[in-house]
Parts: sequence; C-alpha cells; structure tokens
Amino acid sequence: MKENYDVIVVGAGPAGSMAARFAAEKGVSVLMLEKDRDVGYPVRCGEAVSKTSLEKFITPDERWINARTNKLSFIAPNDKEVTIEFKETAYILERRIFDYELAKTAVAKGAEVLTRAYVNGLLFADGKVSGVKYEHRGEQKNASAKIVIAADGVESRVGRWAGLKTCVDFREMESCYQVTATGLELNDETCYFYFGRETAPEGYLWVFPKGNNSANIGIGISGLSGKKKSAQKYLDEFLAKKYPGVSALTAIAGGVPCSITLEKLTAPGIMLAGDAARQVNPLSGGGIASGMTGGSIAGRIAAEAIKKNDLTYISSYENEWREKVGKRHEIYDRIKNGIYGFKDEKFNSLAESFLKVPFEKRSLNQLFKAALINNPGLLLDIAKVFIGR
Amino acid sequence: MHKDKENWKLLIEINQDKCDFCGCCVGVCPEDAIELKEAQIGIIESECTNCSKCVWSCPVEAIKFNKDELKKQTVVMDI
Repeated sequence: MKENYDVIVVGAGPAGSMAARFAAEKGVSVLMLEKDRDVGYPVRCGEAVSKTSLEKFITPDERWINARTNKLSFIAPNDKEVTIEFKETAYILERRIFDYELAKTAVAKGAEVLTRAYVNGLLFADGKVSGVKYEHRGEQKNASAKIVIAADGVESRVGRWAGLKTCVDFREMESCYQVTATGLELNDETCYFYFGRETAPEGYLWVFPKGNNSANIGIGISGLSGKKKSAQKYLDEFLAKKYPGVSALTAIAGGVPCSITLEKLTAPGIMLAGDAARQVNPLSGGGIASGMTGGSIAGRIAAEAIKKNDLTYISSYENEWREKVGKRHEIYDRIKNGIYGFKDEKFNSLAESFLKVPFEKRSLNQLFKAALINNPGLLLDIAKVFIGR
Repeated sequence: MHKDKENWKLLIEINQDKCDFCGCCVGVCPEDAIELKEAQIGIIESECTNCSKCVWSCPVEAIKFNKDELKKQTVVMDI
C-alpha cells in the first residue's frame, strides 16, 4: 500500500466501485477503502434493479442474478391485488457476489482495494481535503490524495468532516428491515408491493423473489412512523400473518435516505457518491443503479480534474448529476410525498377502480395517474416522468 | 444546539446485542455523535444532545431513551 494516490474512494459498494473504476480507467492512481472485512457483505438491500440501467455498467451474469421479474403487483390494505406487466425486466440480484464482481472491474482497471480499513478522519492542506486517516488491523495510518470520493453510505461521516451536510432528516430516512425467507410458494416473475397504514406507514413492504422458493421480504417506513413502532415489529407482524412458520435465513436492518440529492456534492478536494450523496430514487428507495451512475460520473470527473491539473473542475459533477438523474429524482420525490399522504381508503378505492382495467391495458403510468387524479400538479410531474423523458 | 455541560447527562443507550450495525442512526444524527466501525458502535458523549432522532429511526429498537434517568433529573417546580 502506497501513501500517496491521485484518488481515494471511501466505501466499496456499487457507487464506490464505479467511482474507482471510472477514475482508474482514465489512468490515475486509485485506492478504495472498505471498512468491512468483505466487499459486498453484509447485504443491506432489497436487491432489485432494472436490467437496462444495470447493463450500462456490467454484463449480466447468472452467478449474481437470482430472478428476472417483469410484473409488479400492488396490494392494497384490503388485500385487493393489482398486477401490472412491466415494460422492462427487473433483476433480483445476489449482491454479495454482485458487489464483489463490481469491485473486480475496478481492480481490472488498476484500482487498489483494502478491506477492514476504517476511515476515521480527513487530512487537510492548503484549504482542501488532502487525504484520509484510517485504521487498519489496529494501526492508525494516513494516505494522501488529490481527491477523496466519499461513497461511505447512509452513515456517511466523511462528507461531514469536510463541511458537507450529509445528515439526513429523520423523517426522510426510511428505516428498513428485511429477511431472506425460504420455503415460500411464489411467482418468480413478480415483485410484490404492500401498502397501507397498518402494513407500512409512509413507505411500503416488498416481496422480491430470489428463485428456489426464496424471497427478500422487507419493509421501509419513515423515521416519523418509526417513532411509534419499529420496522422490525411491522415486518414480524406481516410475516406472522402472511407467512406463519416461514424460515428466515438472513435478517438485516438498514436505512435509505429517500429525499432529493444533496445540493452540494463537492467541497475542495472531496466528492460524494451513492447513498452518501443521497443518489437514491426517493419514490422506490432504489439506489443501486443511481449510485453506480453517480459513482461513475464522480470517478470520471475526478480523473479529468487531475489530468487538467485543475481540481476546481470537480464542481461540474453537481450539474452533470442533476441533468442526468437528479432532476428526475426531484419529481419522484414530489410523487412520493403525494403518496405518503394517502389514507387506507384511498389505496383501497384505487385498487378497486384499477382492477376494472383489463390486465393488458394496465400501466404504471396509468396507475400513478389514477392515484393522483385530484392533484393536478403531480399529474404534470407524472407526465414528465413517463412521457416527457 | 446549546448544551449545559455541567448538568447534562447522556440519556441515550445503544443495546449492542440488538444492534445490526446498519448505520441508520449515524445517518440521522445531526451532531455526528455516533461512531460505527464494522460491528462496534458507540455514542460520542461530548457531542450527543439527547435529541432522540436515532431512537426513532432505528429499525430494530436497539437504541433507547432512558426515561427513568430522565425522571430522576426532572425537577418539580413548586408554584
């Protein structure tokens, strides 16, 4: 391990690995630090991602694809179920393998990786971030870098140390809990979403098939809802009711920042990517594809800034992100806030009316339209998302 | 947030046995007062203000606000 790099990436999730890869690809030296002992584990994710967005970064491989889904099923509080054929495929991943393979693509481009390296401070010089302090196998070390990319997840502290406001409002933090259960009878082509105050207030509960009679069953509720009852309790109750006696092979907690992207993604010598930057689709809570996109832009721009010998160039990252993805997330966020306010009766009546639409004529666009029919402003937003793109 | 250093007492507790080390609490902490390593977590007492946001956002109820301790601290005012 050297003591000087062009770029240091903190965190080896999808955003970090893509930042490392796209920087290394441009010929700059890159070190990626991961606090856990394994890249890709523990998995804190529902593991669903759209095929199209994934294929921009990696060729699909059976080793990390558990299921291919093309239907979405929404279940209202009164158990009425609306199934919609999705235009594209959503993969359910095996992320402990997927993340590992992503990191390997960064290494293949020349990036170095160090696990069990816990970053606990930043180095500053000449009014900018100039490296990181980290603990590795009980020893405190320093490594300097021209640019640090903080892809350290929802718990991001690295950005804070550089003065970036990464703290998430607790009302916008989805508090999540998930089990991977087995012994289930499931349609492996369908992703299920449960809604309602009793099931998942200000959020949703998901059942994503993983093949071989297994599924990720998880829930996300807002921090405000969590004040009354925890995500774990909600999920325990659902499992007892819906899948009594089922065996959970893994159980995991997590937090998803469901809000618009942070306004400031850079400070002198530092860039944020992935969950740390809140590059998460605030409506779905999905962060794999958007994190990879954010990481790839950050990595490329960091390398370009170094090559240009103009580190102020990193601020162009904010614009590029906003143009490519961020603007759309702002719309998703408004739709999310519209749906958050729904009472159970609204979900029920929506499902009832939508069930009258023949299956082949149903679309996600129509469903949202029907859902937000009394809210003209949001309808315009939906038009932008599904038509105007 | 203003903190009266002399009379202030930490009222937030993390139960290490329940904790999943997911980082949700670290993400919502406005004071940067929670330290999370691989599977070690702790509150930085000098920074914590007992604001309880970590308690509300914890998915597994591993963080508690110590109400008994708060009661001990409460001064009943005679009017």
